[in-house]
Amino acid sequence: MSATRRAWLSRAWPHALLLPAALLVVMPFLWMLGTAFKPPAEIFEVSLWPLPRSWFGFTHFQEVLRSAPMGRFMFNGLLVCSGILAVQLLVAVPAAYALAKLRFKGRQWLFMGILGALAIPIQVIALPVYIGLATVGALDTYSAQMLPFFLSMFAIFLLRQVFKSFPDEIIDAARLDGMTEIEIVWRVVAPSARPAIAAFAVFSLVAHWNDLYWPMVVISSTQLAPPPLGMLLFAAAESGANYGALMAGAALITAPMVIAFLVARRRFIQGITMTGFR
Amino acid sequence: MSAVLPTATTRSVPAKPGARRGLIGAARHGGAWLAGPAALLLVLLYAVPIACLIGLSLTDYELGAVTLRWLGLGNYERAWADPVFRRSIGNTLLYVALVLPASVLLGLGLALLVHARRRTRSFYELIFFLPVTATLIAMATVWQFVLHPKLGPVNQLIRLLGGHEIAFLSEPFWTIPTLALIGIWQLVGFNMILFLAGLSNIPAELYDAAAVDGVAAPLDRFTRITWPLLGPTTLFVVVTSCITAFKVFDTVATLTQGKNGSEVLLYALYLEGFQYFKMGYAAALTLVFLVFILVLSAAQVTLLDRKLHYT
Repeated sequence: MSATRRAWLSRAWPHALLLPAALLVVMPFLWMLGTAFKPPAEIFEVSLWPLPRSWFGFTHFQEVLRSAPMGRFMFNGLLVCSGILAVQLLVAVPAAYALAKLRFKGRQWLFMGILGALAIPIQVIALPVYIGLATVGALDTYSAQMLPFFLSMFAIFLLRQVFKSFPDEIIDAARLDGMTEIEIVWRVVAPSARPAIAAFAVFSLVAHWNDLYWPMVVISSTQLAPPPLGMLLFAAAESGANYGALMAGAALITAPMVIAFLVARRRFIQGITMTGFR
Repeated sequence: MSAVLPTATTRSVPAKPGARRGLIGAARHGGAWLAGPAALLLVLLYAVPIACLIGLSLTDYELGAVTLRWLGLGNYERAWADPVFRRSIGNTLLYVALVLPASVLLGLGLALLVHARRRTRSFYELIFFLPVTATLIAMATVWQFVLHPKLGPVNQLIRLLGGHEIAFLSEPFWTIPTLALIGIWQLVGFNMILFLAGLSNIPAELYDAAAVDGVAAPLDRFTRITWPLLGPTTLFVVVTSCITAFKVFDTVATLTQGKNGSEVLLYALYLEGFQYFKMGYAAALTLVFLVFILVLSAAQVTLLDRKLHYT
């Protein structure tokens, strides 16, 4: 009896620590959702109970959608993120193949450059790139939002590692069959790296969907704002008075990534932790 | 999950001399243009901008200004003497000093607890990783509400316990610790996942063998096996957490805008460069920021390289 009780205890005590910790971590999410469905009077009552006692329906959400173009923010985010990802792959896949499998002058230099740039965050190149964009009059455009991210050193580094273990014999056979190098890249080598590409895609999408710094620098019109900047503009416009609507807005902004994460948890964790992230 | 630890292998396998020649050899030596776009972007987005940055930092250039004056190291001297910049460095370091130990130790603790769970492991992974994926700006707004002096539950709890309400985001004493709390909240799950990957790389037989040798108590198992073998993971987590914390920006931009003694390096940089358009001065601050980041990255590469050789 006491032995089974001790076994039960040894399995139960970690939960005594983990459950409160988990509760603390999800508390802001609970508070956000609860408040989004609370009538204003109940918000001002300030109870410690996160869930609404009387149901306010989607009124706060309707307020948000009336006062801020949330759909537009999402569309902007989707457009910019997929544009960035597409160009990143178009640039990185052939470059990674060349670095892994071909011999050419300056290859070592290029690779050292890629490794060096891997450590440099966007905030460092932001200033000169901004001046360049201002000079050519391209500020406040979708292209300006995407440009600095077109080169992903991380993608090149990662895919080069993967491509290096691709058997040379298959590539040579493809060459003897008359395939050109670019055909080999996209039809022979790239398909073998599908898991790595998928993981990188998750990493890239999450990083750029959540990025605030660069949009804050180059985007000034609300119509072009991605979700994080949209949230910032919306919060500033609400000036902190209407917390019901603010929480509904926050819920709308976080929903796409959180839902995607809940659906594809494994892929997300794998993709995001592949690197130092941000 | 070996991809978690970048091993920085720069060596490449040398081509076998005299191996396949002719068509195939020619193909192998051609194809450099495949790397062309990447090389071009590397020059346009990194080499040229960084050269410009260094040049700019020695001038008084302002966006739209017609003239430009050579200042030498004037911008750096000005930054050194500027109390706002000094405070932003101090605040950033304080932020790192709060976020780093808490997020690493809590991440490790949670990983150790979660690693042993079978049925509930994925549940806890899900919960603790949630803040990593959620858009920080939106969640910062939620935190602002949760910590609100009048309307937030935290201060309500403080009042119920008989304390005085705290204006977490406007009292200078509390701003940086509060921002650090949000930073920790976001980073812990990420670090936990990295530690979990490190833990599953430790072979279970090691623990069995150690048990035979009399190392069976949980604390002994941790200090004798887990902790030493987790070394490279820990180092990686420490450096990435350090870099992440050093780059704190989103929460400051959303919650305090650098007011009430909450200036941090990146926000000061953002204001000087993109609000006041003092490009020369901002370039100097950017290079200071870059030096911090490069020192951290260099530490990571050299330490990891050394550590990985005997694991």
